[in-house]
Amino acid sequence: MLNTVDLFEDDRPEGSDGADQMGHFVTGELDLSHGVALYLEDITVSFDGFKALNNLNLAINAGELRCIIGPNGAGKTTMMDVITGKTRPDSGKAFFGQSIDLTRLTEPEIAHVGIGRKFQKPTIFEQHTVFENLELAMKTDKRVWKSLMAWLAGDERDKIAETLRLIRLDGEADRQAGLLSHGQKQWLEIGMLLMQEPKLLLLDEPVAGMTDDETMRTAELFVSLAGKHSLVVVEHDMAFVEKLGGLVTVLHEGSVLAEGDLATVQNDQRVIEVYLGR
Amino acid sequence: MRKPLTIRILSALDKKSWIALGVFLALALVVVPVLHLNFPEDSALHVSTYAITLIGKIMCYALVAVAMDLIWGYGGILSLGHGLFFALGGYAFGMYLMRQIGRDGSYGADLPDFMVFLDWKELPWFWVGSDSFGWVAFLVMAVPAMVAFVFGYFAFRSRIKGVYFSIITQALTYAAMLLFFRNETGFGGNNGFTDFKRVLGYTITSSETRLVLFGLTAIALAATLVFAAWLVKSKFGRVLTAIRDAESRVMFIGYNPLWYKLTIWVISAVLCGIAGALYVPQVGIINPSEMSPGNSIEIAIWVAVGGRGTLIGPIIGAFVVNLAKSWFTVSFPEYWLFFLGLLFIVVTLMLPQGLVGLWKKLMDKKGAAAC
Repeated sequence: MLNTVDLFEDDRPEGSDGADQMGHFVTGELDLSHGVALYLEDITVSFDGFKALNNLNLAINAGELRCIIGPNGAGKTTMMDVITGKTRPDSGKAFFGQSIDLTRLTEPEIAHVGIGRKFQKPTIFEQHTVFENLELAMKTDKRVWKSLMAWLAGDERDKIAETLRLIRLDGEADRQAGLLSHGQKQWLEIGMLLMQEPKLLLLDEPVAGMTDDETMRTAELFVSLAGKHSLVVVEHDMAFVEKLGGLVTVLHEGSVLAEGDLATVQNDQRVIEVYLGR
Repeated sequence: MRKPLTIRILSALDKKSWIALGVFLALALVVVPVLHLNFPEDSALHVSTYAITLIGKIMCYALVAVAMDLIWGYGGILSLGHGLFFALGGYAFGMYLMRQIGRDGSYGADLPDFMVFLDWKELPWFWVGSDSFGWVAFLVMAVPAMVAFVFGYFAFRSRIKGVYFSIITQALTYAAMLLFFRNETGFGGNNGFTDFKRVLGYTITSSETRLVLFGLTAIALAATLVFAAWLVKSKFGRVLTAIRDAESRVMFIGYNPLWYKLTIWVISAVLCGIAGALYVPQVGIINPSEMSPGNSIEIAIWVAVGGRGTLIGPIIGAFVVNLAKSWFTVSFPEYWLFFLGLLFIVVTLMLPQGLVGLWKKLMDKKGAAAC
């Protein structure tokens, strides 16, 4: 029976940058030649007539660290849902690099081409140990048959150990993840993202519930990741956004209201109205 | 460096468990046969035919319970239709047993009695090859696997979960029961298959045949336990419990839950089919009532009583509930269902981890008191 497992598998085998050696990957491999990592054009999503996203346009450069802010209901989470394949847009284009059409891939496929996502509420495997959480997230062949036969190699253990140190959980490797503090869970989820070795990280309120100290350390980590990775951070904590530097995009009612550095955006009259004026 | 599979399977159980498993097999394969054959029936050491049939039957149930635990305890998917896979395995093997009757049926014909009764002149197409043990042994696994695969593929692809999935599985087994009740379906209608005479040419009611079937069931149960332990300790098992606890996270780190669920679902169905095939020659009958919704619910109760998410729990649950059942149905037949319902309520409310959880709690308390 087990031998048939491979036959009914349709996860994409993964090669360099998530490309498929067998060539049936409709969208090809990640192409950052024009310097754009993520490109959203005229994305519209409506739920029962309510437009959660309304002709949204957004471009993230390779290696860029971008913050997205906006009042509740501005469409930040829906935007992440579109990028990660959870929600299909009614119209518009979503491209990862030059050639990967995100609107045609499933969630696991999008993870394989190199997009990692951190949820607003820390989502980790609470029954597993910290080590196992990282092990499961690690970039590898994630088809059933491979998982049945998987056995951790020495360099894979080293990689997990390295990430454990980076997220400062090296003392908690064998602890059940559900027993961690809220801030530690946030870090573990960030660690899981890093284990995936994504090219683009989507981080939904990564510092919610963290202490000031943890928040500052997180900012340092993200700044150090930029350059090699592209990061999109949704956050309400303005001190954190300031610390990250980089461009800020303000979303309002499903489209971009303003874009620029934090000081420019904060002095923008329309932004002030949206946040304070109603 | 990759470790050979044999070593991984050996490390699936700890030393104590291997010893316990060895003792269990020694009891089933040596002690029980010796006590049954060498001591006269009035001796205190004699193990009766009744006891062997009963324990053999319960071992089949225990195998089903382990299969159920894989999908429910580890996969988080509650099936209320596992009786269907059990019955399909039983029916597949029953076809072979019907053919083994040969011309010794009450009509003395080549065809099974119920076909003669329906005035059929030849075997329906799906009975072709049913006189071959090898083909039927294949069907025992392939038919439940096929049904599970097709059903599971569409259910999991549509992301049907939780209570909705449970209800659909319940409907599936009920529909199958109605189908098998019809004479025209070709499986003996509401009488099903019975009056078996031989298996592989040996008289099915002889002591030796019974002991062999009993031993084979014990081996199947032990092998299932080792296989299941290896499964849940593999990375596959960790992905499976991860899907149970946070499916969306699993998807966003690049696993496709569909194939993981489908794999464990099909494995579980195949194990049920094997259990059904071992059950039918020991009990001597298979009929559509095995597919009744109540039977499938009972399977879930064994697992809940024993403790889901542990491998020994379902086995304990199957033994406790079924031994209680065989005592109740003799002593107070009309109260059995009330007792079963009460048991389920008590276990759900007071013992969410089942008997195994209770045992662990008691041991912890004892440990704490000793300190």
